[in-house]
Amino acid sequence: MVPPVISIRNLSKVYAGGDEALRDVSLDIARGEIFALLGPNGAGKTTLISIVCGIVTPTRGTVVADGHDIVRDYRAARRKIGLVPQELHTDAFETVLATVRFSRGLFGRPPDDGFVETLLKDLSLWDRRASKMMELSGGMKRRVMIAKALSHEPDILFLDEPTAGVDVELRRDMWALVRRLRDSGVTIILTTHYIEEAQEMADRVGVISKGALILVEEKKALMRKLGKKQLTLNLAEPMLRVPPELADWHLALNADGQELLYVFDANEERTGIPSLLRRMSDLGIAFKDLHTRESSLEDIFVGLVSTRSGQ
Amino acid sequence: MSAPMFNRHGIWAIYRFEMARALRTLLQSLVTPVITTSLYFVVFGSAIGSRMTGMGNVPYGAFIVPGLVMLSLFTQSLFNASFGIFFPKFTGTIYEMLSAPVSPFEIVTGYVGAAATKSIALGLVILACASLFVPIHILHPFWMVAFLVLVALAFSLFGFIIGIWAKNFEQIQSIPMLVITPLTFLGGAFYSVDMLPQPWRTVTLFNPIVYLISGFRWSFYGKADVPVGLSLLLTLGFCALCLAVIAWIFRTGYRLKS
Repeated sequence: MVPPVISIRNLSKVYAGGDEALRDVSLDIARGEIFALLGPNGAGKTTLISIVCGIVTPTRGTVVADGHDIVRDYRAARRKIGLVPQELHTDAFETVLATVRFSRGLFGRPPDDGFVETLLKDLSLWDRRASKMMELSGGMKRRVMIAKALSHEPDILFLDEPTAGVDVELRRDMWALVRRLRDSGVTIILTTHYIEEAQEMADRVGVISKGALILVEEKKALMRKLGKKQLTLNLAEPMLRVPPELADWHLALNADGQELLYVFDANEERTGIPSLLRRMSDLGIAFKDLHTRESSLEDIFVGLVSTRSGQ
Repeated sequence: MSAPMFNRHGIWAIYRFEMARALRTLLQSLVTPVITTSLYFVVFGSAIGSRMTGMGNVPYGAFIVPGLVMLSLFTQSLFNASFGIFFPKFTGTIYEMLSAPVSPFEIVTGYVGAAATKSIALGLVILACASLFVPIHILHPFWMVAFLVLVALAFSLFGFIIGIWAKNFEQIQSIPMLVITPLTFLGGAFYSVDMLPQPWRTVTLFNPIVYLISGFRWSFYGKADVPVGLSLLLTLGFCALCLAVIAWIFRTGYRLKS
């Protein structure tokens, strides 16, 4: 069995003020995968990656990165890891080229102008290499942050909310870049609260809520396992309330009474749709159109987190 | 690929980055202190100094040179080192330092080395500038360089601590302005401690700056207010104390890591 590239065991973090940011988190990341860590703001996503990267000290637990303990063998572990933080922390007066060279040196790599040039060209930054950071747009700065994180040729890349606050075009570019990196053998761990991002890119998904990892699953399996479908019936005549004769289907009526909504489990043998349609016909309720929609990762995520909150 | 036990590229990256910042702000880093010091020579060395009787056999203008160099060395070492580590904390770029495979020793070597280099260079420039106003004779060049380097290192280490401790720019300024500059003025930069009446002479001996200026002045003119060995011991002791505090900072993560 191939050992995980990152192995997190019983990780907990209690901040000085007493806030418990992480509770006994254990997680393995497979080499070469894209792992999306989902969770609402304040769930503990950034704390988790900050601990792995050495920025925050854990209260308990261990992390091993590519066979190296992040505390005892921090030099070897950190050389394997690149981090793109959520905030655009940059030295405003430094040029793009200088700041990327600085990062490469800081991580113990000898100067390699050829590699840095290729990296900046890959990220469409080469033409702006002499520009100061303060002269760049937000999207450009985000790319520089990625270039800095990749400057020492890491095997593992953490992206903390990589597309927060960027426009749709840049988000698409970023996703393409992440896929290219994965294809080159880099393991990607990204935190996001854009479900669309995880749905688009991730191989596996972890959901963190209130410091606890409540689920880790293959994305496709997760959607299959927890996926619900929704049937929407566009009514010929609006209705004020759902007739009591249809109570067994737990239908919902939309705001203006034009649509009946029925949520069903697509994996079940009996979905309840034929019987619902027959019953409506018996009651003389006509509809003009119908369509079904598969639940998104967002629906699943919201369901999981709200279930957890209710506990 | 195994990780080397010593990250020399990391030290060099920090050092070069800090030196580049000084070059970007050359006017602020070099020209301003030189002009300020030249004004001291004009005021104290020429205007007032011409009315002062010699300090032993040393003309007053020449007498104040070591004190002025030390004054610049103290303030510039403190400012350069404190600003160097405070700025990445302020902008948030410190995350990169904390996540890099650099040891505390390597981080301190990079920042303190750059701060000390800048302040020593400035000290030498001021010395050269002073030689245009007054004749300067260095009796013990080795010890002059030794005191210059040790004091620059000691105050750069102290500045590094201030940079970690400070939460805003006001705090960065507060220690040099409120503590170091007054102690330097009261520490024999412009006079010999022997000139003071009692009990101020005894009180002055509790000012550690007296020992640093005295040792440095001794390397120029062979005259000291306090024993030179004591000056050297105090300088080394101050270095050791700062190193111990920095070791504690990195061990506990004080104002660096949560």
